[in-house]
Amino acid sequence: MEMVNIKINGMPLSVPNGITILEAARYAGIEIPTLCYLKDINEIGACRICMVEVKGARSLVTACVYPVNEGMEVFTNTEKVRQSRKTTLELILSTHRKDCLSCIRSGNCELQKLCKEFGVDDEHAFDGEMPAFEFDDSAAHMVRDNSKCILCRRCVAACNEQKVSVIGANARGFDTHISSAFDKDLADVSCISCGQCIVNCPTGAIYEKDDTKAVFAAINDPEKFVIVNTAPSIRVTLGEAFGMSIGSNVTGKMVAALRRLGFDKVFDTDFAADLTIMEEAYELLDRIKNGGTLPMITSCSPGWIKYCEHYYPDQLNHLSTCKSPQQMFGAITKTWYAQKMGIDPKDIVVVGIMPCTAKKFETKRDHQSASGYPDVDYALTTRELARMIDTAGIYFNHLPDEEFDNPLGESTGAAVIFGATGGVMEAALRTAVEVLTGEELQSLDFTEVRGQGIKEASYNVAGLDVKVAVASGAAAAHEIMEKVKNGTADYQFIEIMGCPGGCVNGGGQPIQHAVVHNFVDLKGRRAAALYEADKNLPKRKSHESEAVKKVYAEFLGEPNSHKAHEVLHTSYVKRPKYK
Amino acid sequence: MLKKISKSPFKGTPEQEAQLKAIIEENKHDSSMLMHVMQQAQAIYGYLPFEVQVMIAEGMDIPLEKVYGVSTFYAQFSLSPKGKYNIAVCLGTACYVKGSQALLDELSKQLGIGPGECTEDGQFSLEATRCIGACGLAPVLNVNEDVYGKLVPDQIAGIIEKYKNA
Repeated sequence: MEMVNIKINGMPLSVPNGITILEAARYAGIEIPTLCYLKDINEIGACRICMVEVKGARSLVTACVYPVNEGMEVFTNTEKVRQSRKTTLELILSTHRKDCLSCIRSGNCELQKLCKEFGVDDEHAFDGEMPAFEFDDSAAHMVRDNSKCILCRRCVAACNEQKVSVIGANARGFDTHISSAFDKDLADVSCISCGQCIVNCPTGAIYEKDDTKAVFAAINDPEKFVIVNTAPSIRVTLGEAFGMSIGSNVTGKMVAALRRLGFDKVFDTDFAADLTIMEEAYELLDRIKNGGTLPMITSCSPGWIKYCEHYYPDQLNHLSTCKSPQQMFGAITKTWYAQKMGIDPKDIVVVGIMPCTAKKFETKRDHQSASGYPDVDYALTTRELARMIDTAGIYFNHLPDEEFDNPLGESTGAAVIFGATGGVMEAALRTAVEVLTGEELQSLDFTEVRGQGIKEASYNVAGLDVKVAVASGAAAAHEIMEKVKNGTADYQFIEIMGCPGGCVNGGGQPIQHAVVHNFVDLKGRRAAALYEADKNLPKRKSHESEAVKKVYAEFLGEPNSHKAHEVLHTSYVKRPKYK
Repeated sequence: MLKKISKSPFKGTPEQEAQLKAIIEENKHDSSMLMHVMQQAQAIYGYLPFEVQVMIAEGMDIPLEKVYGVSTFYAQFSLSPKGKYNIAVCLGTACYVKGSQALLDELSKQLGIGPGECTEDGQFSLEATRCIGACGLAPVLNVNEDVYGKLVPDQIAGIIEKYKNA
């Protein structure tokens, strides 16, 4: 690598040629503030917060896109730089609805943080005309409030990165605003509800629809038996909301917090993930043996499902008919568990804690009410749970570790890894191989399907060649689906997740500032914690879950039985791309 | 100024569609030709309604939102059809100080449409323009190719009447 010699604030430094001033400054331990910059996907130099002085340059330059060269002298902390950043912030504030006290991002807002850091002392410095703001709460899962938008376009970049591209910058000058084509409501365009725009927004302009009040009300209602279940990835991300390092496994504290919030039972979505594997593995074997539609594609991710329905409506028969673990959990709870406990399903409220905003949409889908009542009543994001814990005054970091309730709190390592891309595939392989061969697996780690990007692998399972593929993020899904569509996908089984990296990077996860997205392997560190959890569990194969065995013995019979189909399977609908 | 999106139903003909499809076919492998295709589409239809933008988006494999973003960024693109008679009021400096805003307001009132819009019967559309270079006649407006200068709002009714009966 060619190196160049530069000076940052007088400090001599040797850095790779061609990197930006922003990146070079990190070698010197200096963080240059950014707002619009997202590494690789939004390098537009638009917000002007990262301005620095370069000796010999006519004016300040944008550090996020300006490459270093030999002999360059950069100054990141001069009076001119500080004044420029402060003025930029004041100008942004001139069209910003400044109700920080009640803003959902108060305390975690990148704009607020910068205003504090650069000593903005008059938020009304440039008050004047305000643009006409729209407020779009048409979608099931989120709200767009342009009065908080700073036009950084990070949401647009995230949406483009997903190859969904339903939001963008429209009009020009003072009228520039982020919206959908023809300024249609989000509910009327082909948004897949993934929430990647939310986790990339620096301010409170985009956020999930809040269901915490309704959940508190259910808990307070003596008539209601309120059951919570937590998705696999929540246990390794919730800690971030309380200042813990990325990748902290807080399973025990999470359970303790949920119990203190007053839920009647604290169960684990992982139980249903194991159940999903049973149904999905048997469905796959059935399709292979009986000439069903192949490749079969996983159906756990409602963002992916909605993507498929909008963009590949003619390929829906490739989707596994299995409900997602969240919905299977609700279905079993309101049928088998309700019967067992003698509780009327109408009095049961099922709350899922999900890494996902599309899960909110999923709860309202058709054919998701096995008991006659909706399988799941509320899907809360990790962030909403964190807010409930804060509201309740629970000192999360000091909680003791507690265990899930039984029987729906039992699960295996195969379920835990559902939260990372490749996890469902690996879990399914562990079960499919043992079921087909009748022999115990030597190694449970199918490492070929782990990690980022599209992965392919072939396995010989009891004389049967099974070729699999794994993709995460809608753009990768697009790449695979083009092959499926034109008949060149020679796989039997494909796992697709709607968000890049899978659920650990879901749109409902704790929001990390851009600096983390840009310079930390967020997906990787969260996923590593899940694989570590899997490794340390006594049982690591879904078919070994006692709870799952019991549900089949007492209620469902065999996997893919008629009863299982009634309770655990669903259907899909073609959705238009344009309305 | 935010562009007005026409609410009147799309009345494209199969001939127009064939013309546009041919242009898209020629340019679909080069996304940098988007502007060109949009200009041609506007030449064919007179404006760029939803249906036309969807054809361009699908044909060029460019998200509809991007096409819409371009159509709302550049002043040359219209989201409303032009009427049989397009009334363009000059809001250049000279006309403006001579009171052309009052002409525009009077037209809006009488036609029941704002700038960038078209009457439901398709007869009249209204447009506010930059300087058209006829400052000596300020305040000035054009009805298609006809120029009317040194106007006062009281004359507006007569001008509209003339074209209504034309």
